[in-house]
Amino acid sequence: MADLSINFAGIKSPNPFWLASAPPTNSGYQVQRAFEAGWGGAVWKTLGEPILNISSRFAGTHFNGQRVAGFNNTELITDRPLEVNLKEIYETKKRFPNNPIIASLMVEPEQEKWHEIVKRVEAVGVDGFELNFGCPHGMAERGMGAASGQVPELVEKQTMWAKEAAESPVIVKLTPNITDITATAYAAVQGGADAISMINTINSLAGVDLDTWNTIPHVAGKGAHGGYCGPAVKPIALNMVAECARNSTINVPISGIGGISDWRDAVEFMLMGAGGLQVCTAAMHHGFSIVEDMVEGLNNYLDDKGLASVGDLVGKSVPKYSDWGDLDLNYKSVARINTDTCINCNKCHIACEDTAHQCIDMLKAKDGTKYLQVNEDDCVGCNLCSIVCPVDGAIDMIEIPSDEPMTWKEREAAIKEPSCGISLVK
Amino acid sequence: MNRFRDKTTSLKDLSLNFNEIEPDLSPKEAMDESNRCLYCYDAPCITACPTDINIPSFIKKIASGNMKGSAKVIMEANPVGASCSRVCPTEDLCEGACVLNDASLPIMIGNLQRHATNWAIKNNEQLFEAGEDNGKTVAIVGGGPAGLSAARELARLGFKVTIFEAKEHAGGLDTYGIVSFRLPQEVSLWEVEQVEKLGVEIRTNTMIGRDISVNEIENAYDAIVLAVGLSKVPMLGIEDEDANGVYDAINFVETTKTPPMREDFIGKKVAIIGAGNTAIDAATCSVRLGASDVKMLYRRTQAEMTAYEFEYEFAKQESVAFSWLTQPTKILTDSEGKVTALECIRMELGEADVSGRRRPSPIKDSEFTIEVDAVIKAIGQSRFVDLIEEFDLSHDRGVVNIDSDTHQTSNPKVFSAGDVVFGNGQGEAMVVEAAEQGKLTAYSIYKELIGESETVNA
Repeated sequence: MADLSINFAGIKSPNPFWLASAPPTNSGYQVQRAFEAGWGGAVWKTLGEPILNISSRFAGTHFNGQRVAGFNNTELITDRPLEVNLKEIYETKKRFPNNPIIASLMVEPEQEKWHEIVKRVEAVGVDGFELNFGCPHGMAERGMGAASGQVPELVEKQTMWAKEAAESPVIVKLTPNITDITATAYAAVQGGADAISMINTINSLAGVDLDTWNTIPHVAGKGAHGGYCGPAVKPIALNMVAECARNSTINVPISGIGGISDWRDAVEFMLMGAGGLQVCTAAMHHGFSIVEDMVEGLNNYLDDKGLASVGDLVGKSVPKYSDWGDLDLNYKSVARINTDTCINCNKCHIACEDTAHQCIDMLKAKDGTKYLQVNEDDCVGCNLCSIVCPVDGAIDMIEIPSDEPMTWKEREAAIKEPSCGISLVK
Repeated sequence: MNRFRDKTTSLKDLSLNFNEIEPDLSPKEAMDESNRCLYCYDAPCITACPTDINIPSFIKKIASGNMKGSAKVIMEANPVGASCSRVCPTEDLCEGACVLNDASLPIMIGNLQRHATNWAIKNNEQLFEAGEDNGKTVAIVGGGPAGLSAARELARLGFKVTIFEAKEHAGGLDTYGIVSFRLPQEVSLWEVEQVEKLGVEIRTNTMIGRDISVNEIENAYDAIVLAVGLSKVPMLGIEDEDANGVYDAINFVETTKTPPMREDFIGKKVAIIGAGNTAIDAATCSVRLGASDVKMLYRRTQAEMTAYEFEYEFAKQESVAFSWLTQPTKILTDSEGKVTALECIRMELGEADVSGRRRPSPIKDSEFTIEVDAVIKAIGQSRFVDLIEEFDLSHDRGVVNIDSDTHQTSNPKVFSAGDVVFGNGQGEAMVVEAAEQGKLTAYSIYKELIGESETVNA
């Protein structure tokens, strides 16, 4: 049994799985149910004003019969009075002293407002704060959420204001609706943030109804952009975590958020530098009980890898994440088809033929059986065939011997000319 | 098989027993299943389908909600695609070829095809248009699967087509010969209607040689397609074969295709002679008519039985009993000429004959008698030799000889397709095969009379 507990920027949690600030953490009832189910911690749904919401609010994006490949919401912060939330936080904390409760906060960008809310919330015994600089809809139109989060100066200043009043750790939650997330991450660090969390939701429109021509979702026939999350956003979130993790100026822990649906996703985020994790859509799709498999799966994984603690995973893949210019131009891999496992659906053939490099031949053996073969001289190792192949193990990408490694940057240095002056042709 | 939701037999309302047993896929089932299809390139299911239905294409169209497009892909390749989705031996054809057999479970292609064509039936969609009149006329003798298929394609190619059909409705085997609980008559009649909507005239209740002469047809049309199929079950050649209570399986099944259902089988003992698909149909119909004891007698063993595996399994589930290596020798009757028993003899298998099947021969002194109230003969079907000879066509014991490429008979004006050419190595007797032959015959006639490309524009 590995040790799954974490100490995230001073916040101790029995496991790294926290519920993100969202509908699942709207009330004491829900958060207590979550802790009973095994969640390590919870980021309480954002406290602030105004107390209002609309109907309807959510939309799922389904793909080929798979429901909720992505998820979209136009819900705002809590629509329950602050006093009610504070009372329930206090009661929940009393019942579950070992499970951290982090209060998500959002107020207008004014120093006294931050001081006031931080002090009021801290008084009920929260374990930390998460400043919501990410919510892309509704609040942003009033200068809060993503509107603040897109301006590094505002992120820095407001972080500082929160820190001025807070005794407990302050996490800054970043919006992905920005060109370079490291800029706002850096601003948060400059403002004194103890940690950062990412990503909040991405601006999105889930769909359009083919019959009514209304947006999905719509409010009395009108729609507005919402925030996108769920499995579909995982690659975007993972990239943003990785970009921050490998940036030495952003030297604070990262809480990874964005499409984490099972223990495998969790491991990926941690390997790429997340010291803690937040989950929302998966819980909304399946209920709190999914944490049981997350915890057990992570545990088994750590045991299999011979790791004593979940902390040993954090950042292990960060050195492997780099720039294109650092990649070896001479490295070569090719596809190889395992004819024993191949079921001859020929998807690889047509993918390669129509849209890649025309190097998978459909052949017939002497006994009449059909088989597929990669012409390895022509294969560029693009991976497309192995991606479209429906059978695990039917196509392997084989590393083949190549010349001495040479990166673009090394090549540039060797030529000793500015990159704009040379031809890309070998 | 476990999808059959109601296996009970009603004795109060027999017609309920003849409702289609396998329910249509629900939209959710169809969506889940169609999304499982890999959309193979050069898919083996297409190759395995005698009519080359572009199966991945119609399945993906179900998944995208393009139901009309899906039905069109099916019916384009197979004018009797709705019937075939119910009667094809899919495990031997498309589903047997599905690449997922090697990875998980094959796609339920037959059920998806049924789902898509059901949609077209429910929505009363006309899927195709007649082609521009090319001035040529074609007579089709027989409105079964082969004849309908030829008519559909000829009409799309601009021919003026007349079908001569002896029965009240066209559709042939699909309309009259396949048990209702597998293929409801309205499905076949929808396919007939689809053909009629292209301007094809169907002269029903019209028998060649009785209502119109071969000569008249030969003189009035530019080409003729002979697609008359097969005739009655041949005689067993045993005593009292015409006794009261002895039935021809084809006729017997036909009586169950339209209400009211006969009630004289309730509680009766029935023996079916033969073990082909029609024999199974006769047996399961007997069960559904309320017979208490249904037994199939076959002179060979299960290994030589010609019924499809799924038909055999179905019959067993319907509690039909099988007596292998059993040959009837005599029908026994009471004083009023009514069947009372069947005398049989035990058989044993000897050397293989020309067909590769071991030849059965009687075991001496092994006669025994079983009590029966009805005997149904299902030992194959005879052929319309007289009609074939009236057309003066070269044939081999009723199997019309054709040029395998053109489907042309010894009379260049007469083409032939379907059961009337099956046998002697000329294809396997399946509805889907008949449909394909009808299609090919139409293209061949087009080539012969118009002489251009053989493609049809959708």
